[in-house]
Amino acid sequence: MNYKRITLLCGHYGSGKTNLAVNMALDLSKDHEKVVIADLDIVNPYFRTIDSAEDLREAGVKLVVSSYANSNVDIPALPQEMYSLVDDRSLTCIVDVGGDDRGAYALGRIAGAIREENDYDMFLVINRYRPLTPDAESTLEIMHEIEAAASLKFTGIINNSNLAAETEPETVLASVPYAEEVSRLSGLPLVMTGAEKNVADQLKGKIDNVFPLHLQKRPV
Amino acid sequence: MAEKVLMKGNEAIAEAAIIAGCRHYFGYPITPQTEIAAYMAKRMPKIGGTFLQAESEIAAINMVYGVSSAGKRVMTSSSSPGISLKSEGISYLAGADLPAVVVNCQRGGPGLGGIQPSQSDYFQATRGGGHGDYHMIVLAPASVQEMAQLTIRGFELADQYRMTSMILADGTIGQMMEPVSFDFDIKEAPEKPWATTGTQMKREHNVVNSLYLVPDVLEEKNFERYEKYALIKEKEALAEEYLLDDAEIVIAAFGIAARVAKNAVNAARADGIKAGLIRPITLWPFPEKTFKKALGTAKQFISVELSMGQMIEDVYLATGCAVPVTLCNRAGGMIPSPEQVYEAIKAAHGKAGE
Repeated sequence: MNYKRITLLCGHYGSGKTNLAVNMALDLSKDHEKVVIADLDIVNPYFRTIDSAEDLREAGVKLVVSSYANSNVDIPALPQEMYSLVDDRSLTCIVDVGGDDRGAYALGRIAGAIREENDYDMFLVINRYRPLTPDAESTLEIMHEIEAAASLKFTGIINNSNLAAETEPETVLASVPYAEEVSRLSGLPLVMTGAEKNVADQLKGKIDNVFPLHLQKRPV
Repeated sequence: MAEKVLMKGNEAIAEAAIIAGCRHYFGYPITPQTEIAAYMAKRMPKIGGTFLQAESEIAAINMVYGVSSAGKRVMTSSSSPGISLKSEGISYLAGADLPAVVVNCQRGGPGLGGIQPSQSDYFQATRGGGHGDYHMIVLAPASVQEMAQLTIRGFELADQYRMTSMILADGTIGQMMEPVSFDFDIKEAPEKPWATTGTQMKREHNVVNSLYLVPDVLEEKNFERYEKYALIKEKEALAEEYLLDDAEIVIAAFGIAARVAKNAVNAARADGIKAGLIRPITLWPFPEKTFKKALGTAKQFISVELSMGQMIEDVYLATGCAVPVTLCNRAGGMIPSPEQVYEAIKAAHGKAGE
C-alpha cells in the first residue's frame, strides 16, 4: 500500500473505520518515522483509537485524540492538536473520522488545507453486513452525504465487510460483488479488502490486496 | 431478512420493533441508547411510520400514552436518568392498563452518573419507579440477538396483558456489535376493542383514564390488576439454566453480567468445582421456581451484578435464605472481570468444603 501524506477514513457508522485506522497506522510505522493517528470521532464516545494506546505508543505512533475520549464527559470535542495534521507536512497521518455525514462535519475545519496541499486519500470504508448499507445504492447515498459534509471527495473504496466473530472467508467472498458494484457506480477504485488476520490468510489468492487486521481489544 | 447482519444492540432493538409492527417511536437522545433514535429517524419515514424527537423524556412517554390509547404498537427508549423522568408516565400507563414497550439502556448512577454500563436500575424496573401498586414485565437481554428477540416478545406480552414491557439492557449490550438474524415468526397484534378509535356512532364511548373518583372502584381495579400479575408470575417467568443440574455454587446473573459469569463458571468447572448459572431473562416476574429447583444441590448462591446489590434481594426471597447468598459486584459503570467472579466461586467452594 502506497500511503499519501494524509489518509482519511470515512464511512457508515459501525463499518470498522477505527480498527482499520489503528492497523494502518501500525503498518505505516514500519517504514515511516513521524506517523500520527488522529481520532476525529465526534459521534461515538465508545470504541476509540485510545483503546489501542499502548500498541500505538510501542510502535512510535503519535495519538491525537480529544482528552475526553472514553471518559464520562460525553461531548463532541475535537483534539486541539488537529491543526498539526495540516500545518506540519513532515507528518504522515491516518485520520479516523466519525461515522456518516454527522461524523464527517469534523473535517470541515481542515478540508481547505487538505485540498490545497493535495497529497491525500479519502477512503470510503464499507460493510455490506451493516443493516442500512446492504446494497450499493444505499451505500452511495451515505457516500454522497459524507462528501457534502466533509467538503472533500472520496478517492477510493475499502471493503471491510464482516460479521465480527462469525466472519468466515466465504463471508468476505460473498461481499465482493457488492464492493465491485459500489466501485463501478461511484467510479472509484477498490483499493483493498480488510479482513481479520486468520480470515485474510485463507483469502490469499482469492482476493487481491487483502489487508490483514489485528482486532482491537475490547473490555468485554 | 434471513441472512445475518452486523448490528449494535441498540440498532437491533429498533429494527425488531419495526418488524413487530411498531410504527410510532418517540424519544429524546441520551447516551448510551441514542442509536435507537438515530435508527428510527432513518427508517420510520421510509415505511410510513412516525419518528419524533420530543422536547423531553416526559413529553415522549405521554406521546406513547396517546398512541397506545389509540390501539397502536408504540415504543420509547432512554437511559437511566431519562427513565426516571418517564416514570410518572409509566405509572399512568399502568393505571390506564395500556400496552407499551419502554427500553432502558442503563448507565451508571445515581444522578447524571456516567455513560458506562450499569444494572443499578433493577429496583426501579422491578419495584415500580413510578407511584402506585403496579408492575412492568421486565426483560433482560444478554446478546444482540436477544435484544431483537425480547423486543418482539415485549410487544406480544404488552398487548396480551395490557401492560408496559421494559427491555432492561445496559450500555455494553446496547453498544456492542454482533451478528443478528431477524428470522422471526411475527404474530398479528390482537384486536383492541378498548381503544379510543372513534365510535362511528356504532358503540359506546371507550374511556382510557387512570383517575378513579370512587375509592372502592379504584381498590377493585387494583385487585383485578394483581390477579393478572399473579397469572403472569405463574406463566411467564423465564430463565436460562447453565450447568445447573449438579451445581453446588450457583451464580445468579442477568444481561452482560451473565456473559462474564459464564466464563467464570467454565473456568471453575475446569478446576473440578461444581459451579452453575441461573440467568433470569424475565426480572419481573422473577424466575423463582428455577431458584427453588437449584436448592436441591446448591450450597451457596452468588449474585453477580453491575450494582451495589439489587437483584440479590430477589435471590434471598426466592431461596428463602436456605443457603448463604453473597454478592460479587462492580458499580458506577465498571464491569466485574471473569477473574473476579472466578475468585468469588473459589472462595465459596472453599467455605462450602469446610
